[in-house]
Amino acid sequence: MTVSPNSDVQIDWRSAVRTGLIGAAVALFVCVVGIVPVFHQRALIKDIISLGQTVLVLTALGIGARGARAARATGARSLLPAMLAAGIAGGALTALILVGQVINLRGVFLNASPDLYDLLTFGLGASGAWIPLVSFAAIGTLGGPVASLPTAFRRPITTAVLTLLLAALFAGIFRSAMLTTPLAATARVLFAPVGLTVIGAIALVIAFAGGRELLAYTHVRQRVSALPRVQRRVVLWPIYGVLALAVLVMPQTLGPFVAQVVALVALYVLLGLGLNITLGLAGLLDLGFVAFFAVGAYTVGLLTSTAEYGIADWPFWAAVIPAVLLAMVFGAILGLPILGIRGDYLAIATLGFGEIIRVLAGSDLLKPFLGGPRGILNIPKPIDVPPDHILAGPNQIYYIALICAALIAFVAWRLRASRLGRAWLSIREDEDVAEALGVNLVQTKLLAYMLGAAFAGLGGAIFAGLIGSIFSSSIQLQVSINVVAIVVVGGMGSIPGAVLGAVFLIGVPELFREFSEYRFLFYGMALIAMMLYRPEGLIPTRFATRELHLDATQTGGEALLPPTEAG
Amino acid sequence: MPLLVAKGITKRFGGLVAVRDLDLEIEPRSIVSVIGPNGAGKTTLFNCIAGWYRIDAGEIAFEGQMISKLRRDQIARLGIGRTYQNIRLFAGMSVVDNVLVGRHHFLQAGWIASVMRTRGVQEEERKAHDEAVRLLRFVGLEGGVQSQASKLPYGDQRRLEIARALATEPKLLMLDEPTAGMNPAETHRMTEFIGRLRDELGITILLIEHHMRVVMGISERITVLDYGEKIAEGAPREIQANPRVIEAYLGRGAATAHHSTRPQPDPGTGEAPAP
Repeated sequence: MTVSPNSDVQIDWRSAVRTGLIGAAVALFVCVVGIVPVFHQRALIKDIISLGQTVLVLTALGIGARGARAARATGARSLLPAMLAAGIAGGALTALILVGQVINLRGVFLNASPDLYDLLTFGLGASGAWIPLVSFAAIGTLGGPVASLPTAFRRPITTAVLTLLLAALFAGIFRSAMLTTPLAATARVLFAPVGLTVIGAIALVIAFAGGRELLAYTHVRQRVSALPRVQRRVVLWPIYGVLALAVLVMPQTLGPFVAQVVALVALYVLLGLGLNITLGLAGLLDLGFVAFFAVGAYTVGLLTSTAEYGIADWPFWAAVIPAVLLAMVFGAILGLPILGIRGDYLAIATLGFGEIIRVLAGSDLLKPFLGGPRGILNIPKPIDVPPDHILAGPNQIYYIALICAALIAFVAWRLRASRLGRAWLSIREDEDVAEALGVNLVQTKLLAYMLGAAFAGLGGAIFAGLIGSIFSSSIQLQVSINVVAIVVVGGMGSIPGAVLGAVFLIGVPELFREFSEYRFLFYGMALIAMMLYRPEGLIPTRFATRELHLDATQTGGEALLPPTEAG
Repeated sequence: MPLLVAKGITKRFGGLVAVRDLDLEIEPRSIVSVIGPNGAGKTTLFNCIAGWYRIDAGEIAFEGQMISKLRRDQIARLGIGRTYQNIRLFAGMSVVDNVLVGRHHFLQAGWIASVMRTRGVQEEERKAHDEAVRLLRFVGLEGGVQSQASKLPYGDQRRLEIARALATEPKLLMLDEPTAGMNPAETHRMTEFIGRLRDELGITILLIEHHMRVVMGISERITVLDYGEKIAEGAPREIQANPRVIEAYLGRGAATAHHSTRPQPDPGTGEAPAP
């Protein structure tokens, strides 16, 4: 047996205990806040394990792994510290159950109920209080060695767990979508109404974890990127084609609820791409983006509504152009006085403008014109079709938003590579030096601000068409914050990043309405994790990646070099 | 007629007078150095000329036009370029894009034409790109023009900063310690290169420099600042013999003790000793 170089290092028991205490706080938190009980309603694998139990298992594994790492122990030596850390966390749950028998905790923690205790003890209640302690310690013990496994073993485990979690979360949607197609029989085999079937779980794990390993072992990625350009296209274009087709048929196959959600996602993609010019390229942090969204929406409302407050009865499309232009004019009016200020101060000023517009829209002052909280109703659909038509309902908004987003992506892509894009980037990097090189700051910033405003106005116009009405309560600070988060999470200045950001931050939460109570909790956790582990965004621009992962690419490059001299 | 005339310029920061009642004239196609101990107001002078600071008194004229009230971009367009004591590249942009930002105001494309990528825009971009690559070769940057600016070695970053300034087609180029942090061989190459800027491109150079060998070697005139005031001005030979300069650099005692010695560069660093 080889002695690992670490084996003479003392195991740091104190750190393991500390990790255990932190883990105890986490375990208590997820239980009494109610995450575990709510997730217990859904199955991961039908009749075998619920999502709530999965949360507990993953917590125990995680605490074990962290405990072993904190104790600086690897391999067989990691078993004891991992067991200790996870045991402390499990002990906290045991203590919770015992305390709960004596004192009624429900006055403060609604979820500290007998239901929770039954969940934790497999229905045994107080007499099974020892179960969390023992099961956490047992599962946590596994976490230690798992964490010190080499990547080749750890990767398939990670893939399998992620596959199961995602598949189980989306099982209902997949199932109902496939039931209307020839795949109905397959759907019944793979998916239960909530969660996966045993066969489904096994099949999906083999397909995804196995497939990923196959791709990794055969070096498909490297081979494809090593191909000459023409051949690479031959390989990649069919893949893009299939993806594009999937995007096109998505609202048709997944039902009206999902269609509504994807339409909202497409709308936020559009807004994200708009702010990507202002914030991503020019670096102007605009927290009042919703103001221009409001201008676009209300303009369309006023010009098209057939109900009260409507002034022109225009068709939808005729109203879009003045909506966009008016948003641009507002961008200029609001932008001119404030673009001289920088950074945080600009953010505060734009935040103020956004709030002013929001308050004005709901105010008594403008009520005779904008309808106040009652809003403007009866905004016509962009395309008038019978209700059973392929373009009826949210589907048509989805396609319209998709086309507009594609258009904006094209505009943003072209601008980025132009002299204006370079000027914006230089302002983001160092505006003093940019000005000293002859870049007119006011002009250049104003253009970025106005273009962003125009795209927000377009988004507002489409939103008005989607909802069919516009209320002052639709104009919320939350919209601005969502859009900023999309740009930052996706990757500043990155066009595919804005798309992915919108899918993650808008689409996924919408699909899990039943967990909506915890939406901001997960939002916050996701944002903190992003800033810690991937500050450049999900799909960063070229240089941002290099900046943060240079070491990895350099060593990789050296390893690929052939030996130049023999002995 | 001088290219740049500064008359009685004064810059205060609160109670501190960073530049006091300073006169400066720079002849076209000359190389002028500004020297002085740390904190003498050299970089402040640059910032006043380039429009980074509003001067509190006095006037600056460039080719007969008053520039002391103009914005930085307007001054840059008139033909004053500069580099920075601490290199200030656009670190996240590519090498060639850094230079192309300097070409910005020579290009016409508006946002609609840029989105359409009209024939005119394509032609303009291609020309600007060729010009940028030519400038990069001129300053001696071979290598990939698409690599990230901050990944360049230190000396190349200084060169890139000069190429970026040259892209604005300056008549007056202000270099703030271009040889700072360079070894003797690099310093020698940079000195030669500054000479070429004047001889081949006809650019007037205003230089802040601590390496006395560089200053004495290439300057036609030298202005010496101390505590924001001009204490001497003249050809290198006159400056080296000027007792006030020696006093500023070495202190009064040294000046009286070795009144015949010149401010010799420190043989180790080539840098004049600071007080």
